[in-house]
Amino acid sequence: MTALADPWVTTAEELERRTGPRWALSDSLVMTARLLRQIPRIPELLIFSTVQPIMFVVLFVYVFGGAIRTPGDVPYVQFLLPGIFVQTVAFGGAATGIGLADDLQKGLVDRFRSLPMARSALLLGRTMSDVVRNALTVVIMVVVGVLTGFRFHGSVQGVAAGLALLLLFEFALSWIGVLIGLSVKSVEAAQSGGFIWLFPLTFASSAFVPVDGMPGWLRGFATHQPVTVTVNALRGWFNGEPIGSDGWQALGWIAAVLVVAIPVAVRRYRRMTR
Amino acid sequence: MDDAIVVESLVKTFKATKALDGIDLTVPPGTVLGLLGPNGAGKTTCVRILATLLRPDAGRAWVTGLDVLREPQRVRARIGLTGQYAAVDDYLTGQENLEMVGRLYHLRPAEARGRAVALLDRFELSDASGRVVKTYSGGMRRRLDIAAALIARPRVLFLDEPTTGLDPRSRIGMWELIEGLVRDGTTILLTTQYLDEADRLASTIAVIDIGKVIASGTARELKSQVGGERLEVTVAGASELDAAVSALAPFAAGEPVVDVPTLHVTVPVSKGAGILPEVVRDLDAAGVTLEDLALRHPTLDDVFLALTGHAAEEKPADGAAPAEKGRRGRRKEPK
Repeated sequence: MTALADPWVTTAEELERRTGPRWALSDSLVMTARLLRQIPRIPELLIFSTVQPIMFVVLFVYVFGGAIRTPGDVPYVQFLLPGIFVQTVAFGGAATGIGLADDLQKGLVDRFRSLPMARSALLLGRTMSDVVRNALTVVIMVVVGVLTGFRFHGSVQGVAAGLALLLLFEFALSWIGVLIGLSVKSVEAAQSGGFIWLFPLTFASSAFVPVDGMPGWLRGFATHQPVTVTVNALRGWFNGEPIGSDGWQALGWIAAVLVVAIPVAVRRYRRMTR
Repeated sequence: MDDAIVVESLVKTFKATKALDGIDLTVPPGTVLGLLGPNGAGKTTCVRILATLLRPDAGRAWVTGLDVLREPQRVRARIGLTGQYAAVDDYLTGQENLEMVGRLYHLRPAEARGRAVALLDRFELSDASGRVVKTYSGGMRRRLDIAAALIARPRVLFLDEPTTGLDPRSRIGMWELIEGLVRDGTTILLTTQYLDEADRLASTIAVIDIGKVIASGTARELKSQVGGERLEVTVAGASELDAAVSALAPFAAGEPVVDVPTLHVTVPVSKGAGILPEVVRDLDAAGVTLEDLALRHPTLDDVFLALTGHAAEEKPADGAAPAEKGRRGRRKEPK
């Protein structure tokens, strides 16, 4: 092997010993780095994931806004933007499934599964890199919000807490996206099936209109579901108002989703090896 | 257990299809085993089991002495796999792809980088190393794919139909590349649908059909079973077929095959092109009007015809491309 002679020769025996949490973390980071590199190389993805929420901002602020009465008569743009942020990361999170389905379809996953890497790394890399991707989208949406008149009135800590909750919410939905991606395994199916459930979840919530105006049977669901409590907590923090138990409820939902979805997803992925 | 690969009576069933029906294989270190068979014969299934991607229903397999089923993670540190479709990331550069795979083999960053540079150079991809793979040609992607499989110096390399879909020039380039690996002493299990490819690259060939090994040996041994080259005669009318068969009998090294609808007579011959003038004279003397006369090397079809009595056609039960079939089967199987 003269052509390949080089000073580093790690033997297979040594590679076999490189297991455990440290290497599992390294694998996840390698996978995250791979996906972060893709972001600037596929700018369409970032653009398309912001076009829809921008349209929503424009439509709601300028078309429906005038007809919607907000509690306490806060300006509608202050009421709407936290809802838009949550809706944006909800769709952004569910999109994790599309990327995963793409890997599965291309056979790239076959390579990954033939490597001595941690089984969880592909899924963790996807969900972690999508947190960064969605953070970029949130930055763009904050700029759009400010251009349409939205302002942060809360404390710095409050705003920081709100943004952190937003990204945690995205991370949790990402894992639901992973489950969908692992189940459908084709990009097309992930695209159509991955988002439908988000429409009732985001619209039957306090994201765009106060839930008080909804009929009784819907109000019960709309008041307690994860999008509503997350939006309410964000509104409180961003507008400098008390948030009550909404923050805890939102964290509770996020924890519940993660506790269920992560083990199920990792097990599903492992099972595919068989 | 000194052999690089040992396979013992592997069985794998997808739904109603028996993909592997009791396969036994042995590959000594530093040699190349060519797994030869048509689509759906079970080649890909066999590779997937050895590469720890799929669990068999029955049977056992060892790679470099390690049990594939009991110690898959250790096996993974010692093997390299290239599937039928180049498994590289389109949006990373060649260099980034190789470094990533190196890191996932748990090489240290500096070693992964150094190995990537060396392999890109060796596979003549240095000029394209900084370009995203999306811009690569089919042949370049395959070369990168093999480079990725080699990044951690695996002892055993699996190449699943490495030249399928490549243009003739890239195909020969790929052959030369594989021959280079063989010279370096890598043990290779190679699957192919082409006899000429197995002939050129493999030290031993195992012919598989419907999940079974139906013949194995060196290329020379197989060819002697098949009877070397074949003389293919097309006559003008069905009435001349018998005359053609009798006229060809003295040259035949085996049973002639007569195909009435196409007016073909095919006979295995052992002597080569030197007999052609004589063949033409004798056919002419027998009153046979020649439409066509060809001397050709045996193909996979001829091997199958000789070994099984049927042509190497895709089986209706599992006629889909083997990778697709394997993939679908794997995903739907709960275990």
